[in-house]
Amino acid sequence: MKNEILRRVERVVLTLDVNGERRELLVPVHKTLLEVLREDMQLTGTKHGCELGECGTCTVLVDGRPQLSCLLLPIQVQGRAITTIEGLARGSELHPLQVAFAELGAAQCGYCTPGILLAARSLLEENPKPTRDQIREALAGNLCRCTGYTKILQAVELAAGRMT
Amino acid sequence: MRVVGKPLPKVDAATKVTGRAVYADDMLPARTLHCRILRSPHPHARIVSIDTSAARRIPGVVEVITGADLPIKFGILPVTQDERALEHEKVRYVGDPIAAVAATDEEVAAAACDAIEVEYEVLAPVMSVEAALVAPKDERIHDYGGPHNIHKLVALEFGDVDGGFARADSVREDVFFFEGNTHLPMEQHSAIATYVDGRVTLWSSTQVVHYVHRALSKVLELPMHRIRVIGAAHGGGFGGKTDPFAHEIIVAKLAMLTGRPVKCTLTREEVFYAHRGRHPVLMWVKTGVTADGKITAMHFRSALDGGAYGSYGVASTFYTGALQTVTYDIPAYRFEGCRVFTNKPPCGPKRGHGTPQPRFALELHLEKIADDLGLDPVALKRRNFVKPNTRTVNWLRVTSCGLEECTDLVVKASKFHERTRTRGHGMGFAISSYLSGAGTAIYWNDMPHSEVQIKVDRGGVTAYCGAMDIGQGSDSMLATIVAEELGLQPSDIRLVTADTDTTPIDLGSYSSRVTFMAGNAALEAARKMRALLGEAVEASGRKYEDVPFEEATVLAEARFGTLTTAGSYTPPKIAGPYKGSGVGPSPAYSYSACVVDLDAHPRTGLVNVNKVWIAHDVGRAINPLLVEGQVEGSVYMGLGEALMEEQVFRKGLHKWPSMLEYKSPTFLDVPEIETFIVETVDREGPYGAKEAGQGPLLPVPPAVCAAVHDALDVWIDEIPVTPEKVVEALRRKDKGEPPRYGPLRFPLIPYPETIKVDGPDGHQDGTY
Repeated sequence: MKNEILRRVERVVLTLDVNGERRELLVPVHKTLLEVLREDMQLTGTKHGCELGECGTCTVLVDGRPQLSCLLLPIQVQGRAITTIEGLARGSELHPLQVAFAELGAAQCGYCTPGILLAARSLLEENPKPTRDQIREALAGNLCRCTGYTKILQAVELAAGRMT
Repeated sequence: MRVVGKPLPKVDAATKVTGRAVYADDMLPARTLHCRILRSPHPHARIVSIDTSAARRIPGVVEVITGADLPIKFGILPVTQDERALEHEKVRYVGDPIAAVAATDEEVAAAACDAIEVEYEVLAPVMSVEAALVAPKDERIHDYGGPHNIHKLVALEFGDVDGGFARADSVREDVFFFEGNTHLPMEQHSAIATYVDGRVTLWSSTQVVHYVHRALSKVLELPMHRIRVIGAAHGGGFGGKTDPFAHEIIVAKLAMLTGRPVKCTLTREEVFYAHRGRHPVLMWVKTGVTADGKITAMHFRSALDGGAYGSYGVASTFYTGALQTVTYDIPAYRFEGCRVFTNKPPCGPKRGHGTPQPRFALELHLEKIADDLGLDPVALKRRNFVKPNTRTVNWLRVTSCGLEECTDLVVKASKFHERTRTRGHGMGFAISSYLSGAGTAIYWNDMPHSEVQIKVDRGGVTAYCGAMDIGQGSDSMLATIVAEELGLQPSDIRLVTADTDTTPIDLGSYSSRVTFMAGNAALEAARKMRALLGEAVEASGRKYEDVPFEEATVLAEARFGTLTTAGSYTPPKIAGPYKGSGVGPSPAYSYSACVVDLDAHPRTGLVNVNKVWIAHDVGRAINPLLVEGQVEGSVYMGLGEALMEEQVFRKGLHKWPSMLEYKSPTFLDVPEIETFIVETVDREGPYGAKEAGQGPLLPVPPAVCAAVHDALDVWIDEIPVTPEKVVEALRRKDKGEPPRYGPLRFPLIPYPETIKVDGPDGHQDGTY
């Protein structure tokens, strides 16, 4: 019975390194990284679309690599550098990807945008001059229903051009 | 113009790219309770009893409610108030809400839902149009409409249809099917309510704060002034958040009962069942043409599988027959429509609302007629294009019309006529049109459809409007128009939008109405403000342009006191003189034309789209960047519908209620899209603007099917075009059978006696 389980929620103390800040938390052991980021750390910039690892919306970076936070338990990423959308800009100075997304209208409803920006940052760090097909491949795990993807591809290319 | 027509970033772009936009589920005020909803596991059943006692005993459960707590029915259309926030008598689809729990944690609320005992008397479900047309095994789904499970029947005739067919040199009939599909917004529906000082406040992911406001007032039995509805940052709608939803009413009720904030965010699976998406529509169309391809008459029939509730269904039914005449000059036209109830999630409006299905049928039907006559399909369609400033035979007023320009642009750019036909490669052409806002409100009233107030104070400008930005950029549109009139930049304008307490009304983000209607209201308010500022500046002996804006505001405030102006927009009364004429009229229609280039594999049936050229007559692009975004997004969604998206059910259960299995196009599937913006400068639109958000979806599915025919000489008369269907059509062709895949017949439907309506005077000579 689910309610039996609920009475015996095990909690763990975690130390998470998020956007360069170290935080100690006491959270139920079954909570996903997505839930801990949003509910326990108030980092609501990370969104959720399915919570099953299907849509890419909850993408965060773990040691610079894109990961689906809805499929990770925080305990798996203790001691590793987690970057969320809140950590993409440097202070109030936007990352070139953010500038390009804003300039080209690559964010419409904006809900998939944090995940796509982080996946794109990981791509550009690995491959500063990706071809359009390489960008498509790198972002293929992130769904967007508004833009038709075109302006996103253009924005990643614009940012890549400016960063090199 | 200084800012209108410039590709400026959206006013909220920085908020969106930094993750700072606050969507409904991002809100978590202190003491928030989490709500889960118990939903029916049966497609059709009577509820014998509901026992919530075990659920109430679970630690952490604060409140449990059932239908007895919310018995009043609601629905988006006044004629179909057939939904309850929680059902206590009967469930009509898998997912129908029965009980709701507010608890300290979401897991506790879910466990409490599991602990609620419901006894059902299971009824035979009605799962198809055919089954809905005959006597039900157990009982009807609803006790209105009829006969049997028919919800709505329509039969209208404009002009002399029989005479038109008699005059034709050839007459062709076809049957088409457009499968249902869903919006699949990235954000799940979410709402959070508080109850403070006897007033309910609801933040919701909705496209229609005003209609949610009305529904809450009705069901909660609270006057509207004691309810405040605020549109939270919006994670995508496409029509899927245009009804008032059960969870919005439920959290408000639970907040009233508990005195604490209550939040409900649907799971992805629940979003698939909440639906209100594209109706599956079976269509039969018969058209008479002269030997040179001029249409003499058309008869169009549609059968809509509506699902379990009314939703927008009556309007959807009329829309399947309304806009055929807005692109083609059809001198005599008969429309017979039928919507049935079935035990599936209710269908409603999705991008294009009721018109992509008939547009698909019509375009492909004309393609076949051109094929019969040995004519170029572009030439045949062109021969029948409507002209600007005319009235259609069903009384729709056409003003600006860029069909010719749109067609020229895509045909030339794609080299459509220079293509060489090779097996496996094809190109297809199609056109379309859509409303710039429905000409009538959802409930009958004479009030404006949109209102804007502007306040100028110490150099700052604030614009207030009920319009809801759902990502399309309506906030940017409002800021651009106000900035243009006052000589400022859009980023200078502060906006307060989509809040029923602080903003004047806008009916919502649906029917592509916001730019036209809220834009016109903003224009009026801004021009009035500009006049006040100008008068004050001129009284000081100078010209407005020569005075810094801050100084102008000081002069004006000193002269007039508090500086506020207002503007409003009411569409012209242009509906025809017949029952049902309220669906179809719009102050202006957008027009699109598109060419699709694709490869269709002759052995596997796989279709790979190489490129789409699309031209869209938006009247005037207030922001071309945002117009392109709407056009590209529409093409993408049209390709998804054409090739893969299907909302289908087995034994009442959705076959694939997940984002992985409900196939939608990814970065790898979307081809290059070349967009052309055509500006016909509509005389009634703000700066001439018309809609951009929905129309460009419409030509894509038929252009895909025309291109598949061009590639493989088979007709796929059913959306989506899956590889299986292509292979089956090729197999039939090889066997010498008709080379097509699609429905064979249209059912016998007991239409009422046709209402005959004379066409408007002057239709024939093109005046209006």
